[in-house]
Amino acid sequence: MTTAQRVNVALRKVPSWVVYLIGAVIPFYYLYLALTGAMGVEPVNSLERALGELAMQALVVVLAVTPLRKLTGVSLIMHRRALGLLAFFYVACHLLVWGVLDVQDPARMWSDIVKRPYITIGMVGFVLLLPVAATSNNFSVRRMGPMRWRRLHMLTYVICVSGAVHYVMVQKVWEIEPLIYLALVLALLAYRIPTLRREFAA
Amino acid sequence: MARRWTNDLSRGDATPKQCYLNRRQLIAAGSSGLALSAWPAAAQTDALEPNSFEEITTYNNFYEFGTGKTDPKENAGQLTTSPWAVEINGMVDKPGTYAFDDIMAQMDIEERIYRLRCVEAWSMVIPWQGFELADLLALAGPNPEARFVEFQTLMRPEEMPGQEYPILDWPYIEGLRMDEAMHPLTIMATGLYDEPIPNQNGAPMRLVVPWKYGFKSIKSIVRITLTDDQPSTTWNKAGPSEYGFYANVNPTVDHPRWSQATERRVGGGLFSKRIDTLMFNGYDEVAPLYEGMDLEAQF
Repeated sequence: MTTAQRVNVALRKVPSWVVYLIGAVIPFYYLYLALTGAMGVEPVNSLERALGELAMQALVVVLAVTPLRKLTGVSLIMHRRALGLLAFFYVACHLLVWGVLDVQDPARMWSDIVKRPYITIGMVGFVLLLPVAATSNNFSVRRMGPMRWRRLHMLTYVICVSGAVHYVMVQKVWEIEPLIYLALVLALLAYRIPTLRREFAA
Repeated sequence: MARRWTNDLSRGDATPKQCYLNRRQLIAAGSSGLALSAWPAAAQTDALEPNSFEEITTYNNFYEFGTGKTDPKENAGQLTTSPWAVEINGMVDKPGTYAFDDIMAQMDIEERIYRLRCVEAWSMVIPWQGFELADLLALAGPNPEARFVEFQTLMRPEEMPGQEYPILDWPYIEGLRMDEAMHPLTIMATGLYDEPIPNQNGAPMRLVVPWKYGFKSIKSIVRITLTDDQPSTTWNKAGPSEYGFYANVNPTVDHPRWSQATERRVGGGLFSKRIDTLMFNGYDEVAPLYEGMDLEAQF
């Protein structure tokens, strides 16, 4: 057995519910840190940023599943749905903290969404996540048929770019960390171009 | 020359040293129902309770030490602040290098409890000690043709790791119009809570202009130049549409990427309510300086 095969066997032994559970606990752990002062003296901003970054990390992992399998043979495919739904959960938490704890005013939330390009782009990403998350189940794959389902889930590419651009734009100066996420997203998408070209040419 | 201006906050509003040093324990004691005998009554009810020493010294924007809020606290310890000198030059009678200790010997140090409003829409209340900028400038004798004051922060990448990265055009430069610089509200802060000002807050000497966004209040100053040209300032160069030269706190002029109508007072925890931002950060006495100016265009 190759190393990749051994890793795959081990990965397959991890039940899905374990991934969901560990992943879902992280935002609550962050909330605990923010409540107990471990996120500094201005916890609203820290929590909002921590959740946004967590969402970005989950999106990059989801996007890395296919290239990782093709390049190394290691397959996370059986956990991709869990990772994707967790990414959606993290984005929703980030949005909730922004609205309820940070902005605190529905009218101002709306005016920010309309007026501030970085918030508009972030919101576009969230709205596109809704149909993707809603159809991340076996029933939807059967009902839609694999082709249509796959096309819908290609929205993930747009979602990841909008998330990374939103992150870059929120900074006051050109900071290295958001640019790394954007570069990772673009590299993982560039890797898919030959496959996508063949698929759409056919 | 000093004491031209009187605080609307008194020393009684500031947290006594024995309280701020033990604030967490006091909060813990309070939540478990114990009486807070050492806690001044005003501090519990007054909405303008000054922030704790911990809050003021662990949540800083001082990009010379990193862009994270806790980076200055973590990285500023190595900064050498003694000996320190300020060069005062340009349109003055006595240009030259003024040693920090000599300046301090001649200044009347007083307390100023000021609100601080950051351009990022958070705020604090800070008990500074210092002297009026006008008194420092008087040492050098400003010429009548001087119209602006330009300030420069120390450039020392070996002690200021953030300066290794070209995120801003180092060294940090700020500026004021002459009448703003001479206003009695404008101070050079040298102390915080009766301690020498910590490195992460701009040791040994930083500007405090309480009616302007915090980035105008330049830290760790090594040069002051009087000039008849409007200085080209760091944040204004980095984002001309986002950070104006005047940068007066103004709830009606938004930052392009966020509203300036409200702010969050640091220290209120996860569920703190936003409060309304006041014109000129509540320092209405400076309004005559800007009479006839379009504050939307000259933001």
